[in-house]
Amino acid sequence: MPETDSKKRSISRVLRSALRAMLLPLISVVFAILVGSLIIRLAGYNPVVAFQALIEGAFSPKRFGETMVRATPLLFTGLAVAYGFRAGLFNIGAEGQLFMGGLVAAYLGVALGGMSAFAHISIILVAGMAAGAAWAFIPAILKAKVGAHEVITTMMFTFIARGIVQWLVAGPLKAPGPVAQTEPVLPSAFLPRLDSILPFHVPGRASIGFVIGLAACVIMWLILKYTTLGYENRAVGFNPTAAETGGISVAGTTVKALCISGALAALAGVTEVLGLHGKLFEQFSSGFGFTGIAVALLAKNHPLGVIPAAILFGGLSAGAGKMQLEAGVSQKVIFIIQALIIFFVAAEELAKLVLGRERTEVADVAG
Amino acid sequence: MEPPLLELRGITKRFPGVLANDRVDLQLHRGEIVALLGENGAGKTTLMNVVYGLLSPDAGEVLFEGSEVSIRSPRQAISLGIGMVHQHFMLVEPLTVAENIVLGHEPARATVIDFKAARSFVQDLSERYGLKVDPDERIENLPVGTQQRVEILKALYRGARVLILDEPTAVLTPQEVHELFAVVRSLVTEGLTVVFITHKLEEVMNVADRVVVMRDGAVVGETRPSETDQKGLARLMVGREVVFRITRTPSHCGATVLSVADLNVVTDRGIEAVRGVSFEVCGGEIVAIAGVSGNGQTELIEALTGLRRVKSGKIMLGDRDITKSSARSTIEAGVSHVPEDRLRRGLVLEFDLAENLILGDHRRPPFAQYGLMWPSAITRIAEERIEAYDVRTPSLDVDAATLSGGNQQKLILARELGRNPDLLIAAQPTRGLDVGAIEFVHGEILKERDAGKGILLVSLELEEVQSLADRILVIYEGRIVKEFASGEATDEELGFYMTGGGGAKLDEEVGVADA
Ligand SMILES: Nc1ncnc2c1ncn2[C@@H]1O[C@H](COP(=O)(O)OP(=O)(O)O)[C@@H](O)[C@H]1O
Ligand SMILES: [Mg+2]
Repeated sequence: MPETDSKKRSISRVLRSALRAMLLPLISVVFAILVGSLIIRLAGYNPVVAFQALIEGAFSPKRFGETMVRATPLLFTGLAVAYGFRAGLFNIGAEGQLFMGGLVAAYLGVALGGMSAFAHISIILVAGMAAGAAWAFIPAILKAKVGAHEVITTMMFTFIARGIVQWLVAGPLKAPGPVAQTEPVLPSAFLPRLDSILPFHVPGRASIGFVIGLAACVIMWLILKYTTLGYENRAVGFNPTAAETGGISVAGTTVKALCISGALAALAGVTEVLGLHGKLFEQFSSGFGFTGIAVALLAKNHPLGVIPAAILFGGLSAGAGKMQLEAGVSQKVIFIIQALIIFFVAAEELAKLVLGRERTEVADVAG
Repeated sequence: MEPPLLELRGITKRFPGVLANDRVDLQLHRGEIVALLGENGAGKTTLMNVVYGLLSPDAGEVLFEGSEVSIRSPRQAISLGIGMVHQHFMLVEPLTVAENIVLGHEPARATVIDFKAARSFVQDLSERYGLKVDPDERIENLPVGTQQRVEILKALYRGARVLILDEPTAVLTPQEVHELFAVVRSLVTEGLTVVFITHKLEEVMNVADRVVVMRDGAVVGETRPSETDQKGLARLMVGREVVFRITRTPSHCGATVLSVADLNVVTDRGIEAVRGVSFEVCGGEIVAIAGVSGNGQTELIEALTGLRRVKSGKIMLGDRDITKSSARSTIEAGVSHVPEDRLRRGLVLEFDLAENLILGDHRRPPFAQYGLMWPSAITRIAEERIEAYDVRTPSLDVDAATLSGGNQQKLILARELGRNPDLLIAAQPTRGLDVGAIEFVHGEILKERDAGKGILLVSLELEEVQSLADRILVIYEGRIVKEFASGEATDEELGFYMTGGGGAKLDEEVGVADA
């Protein structure tokens, strides 16, 4: 009796704690929509019409493909930032690692020829991850050895990555023609469209990059929960002193975490190039690395939470056009709503800090 | 008899999985010192947090001067005349004493705070109650004992008539404890009521007029110091007979487990902390390092456990050289460590109990293999150890932060001893614990000794050192200045050497030759 009983109990406990974890982010989103409605109303439009258009534009069966397209890079960058946070690291430079991934994809997509699509794509995915990890490696080493703060260093490396890509697409890697962009990647490097591999019709341009992103979230969740790597990552994130005492190398864990985070962020660049644009140009990312921070925040740094958070942010951006078309509301309002979501998530942390006084105070004293 | 100043009726407070207060009744009268005695986790702080408006009870009522009140915030409690000094002070460090006292309670109508009036008021109060403080000193420059006085003054400034002190002596030196008792006595002669939370028996005997004993959330007894003794109080508090003096068989020294030769260790800032220390610990004996805090004990432990690099010298575990071993390989070589600072070093408070129980063993079978963790093995063994070490918890999946201090320490022991080490390094293993938990920890350490393990006990408490150790090494300024066999030295002698009394001899080489 105890076996199944305790199992049942622990399952219901897991479910309950998952629901509880999701509740507050949901409230943040609802608040953001309410305040967004008010803003739309004050601007003289009808919020009901606007949000109807937004939701239709994002989540109707016909349009969901576009939401998946927009969500794909955010799955990777959100996951990258979340994984770093779980080791107590703020990888604000996911954008730079994304650029390196995109660069490697554009280069190898052209340079490696004469192989099967599977081999070509696999090689590029691995190489792209290696590039992202390498790009995070120097900030990671600086953090581990001399304590240089990763917020500063990864940000600096983002500027450098941008500069390198800017220079390469306008110079050494530039395709002939008036536009600063690379040559299109070979067909064998194209990520297949979901429509072409799934048994049912998927409208739009979404590629298997989206599925890879979902898989990455699940894999990272399993890694955090069921591997010593993930255990050490979390231990260092919560309490480096206790981790060290338990024989965990804090420096080593820091380096690993930031490199893994970089590798995940780079996948966003790889899938943008191979799955969407087919080439590299300077503006190929619209700040996905930074939006990834918001996604991680909304996901509460939980790898599985990244999935709905990325889809929500992807949907907002996919539905914005329709909202403008049908309700006349500027697409800029979407930025406001995104900002509001971030604000309310942050405010929730703040509220917890204030409301949580009771708990922490008591805990302190209970010492 | 006049009606009680403050009365609690049937206060019940539930936390997830814990009944922290179970229908508690309590009466406080004017001008008395009431000791609230109970083990860690008995629910003392919770009860007083209810009174102070930090927690709202699930059931029960609070009566102030005979009429029912509902205290929803500390502000409300303060306006009724209830003040509370937490174990963890809530002062603004860069501000002065006077500023801290006035802070948050400035005269309502004034736009500019009248610090001059405040200062003189503070001076007045502190003279009246013998609470000596300089109103212009910044908090950050004050020792803990004085900061506590500031907290008390703050409560008095706000007109406290009932003053709750939560484990006030936990952070004080014996001298400061003495002074605090004098202050408390002078407060009650002025008509104040003081609630004194503690789990230390001799304090209760010393200072209280009345003792209310709590156990597992409920009041289990009430008495007066004149009507009982420490043994009686302990029995009430723990719920069974408590062994004060440990019965101990003579040690059987086996093979040498640890041998340290001419060890030198420096602090992060390069200051010599451990100087030429040599000693041995053999299997089946407890060697205590006795000393006043800050004489190199921390650095010595860190060096032995691989947490700090050794400057020179040699550390051998059995016949294995671990001088340069990392923390990880030291653990894997068979050294367990109960750290001095259990909240910072000993536990990951955000991890659940099972996760904490595998820290240090989380890479090795049966918990993990090939980098994968085996949840079923982890749960099974965690359950066994929780049971074996009597960790009181509603379940394995609660965070370590929710356990009481005693149970947190048992959790650490369960991990460190469950690994079956050759050598146990226990630093301050009973600090802050109540008698029941101390008895348990001492018992476990003795059991390990009798099983042939080597034990290195580092402690500031003479009583602990005297009752547990087979040999005592006195450390002073990073050197071992004296060695005693068990029962050879009086407390006075130990104290003499711990405070540098053997100083004249220090200039000569006083490495203790291995006995
Ligand atoms: N904020 C809280 N959340 C959950 N459990 C708590 C909280 N505060 C205290 N507890 C639990 O309630 C019980 C009583 O704790 P406490 O009042 O701090 O005891 P004491 O002060 O007597 O040591 C303990 O089991 C403790 O773990
Ligand atoms: Mg307490």
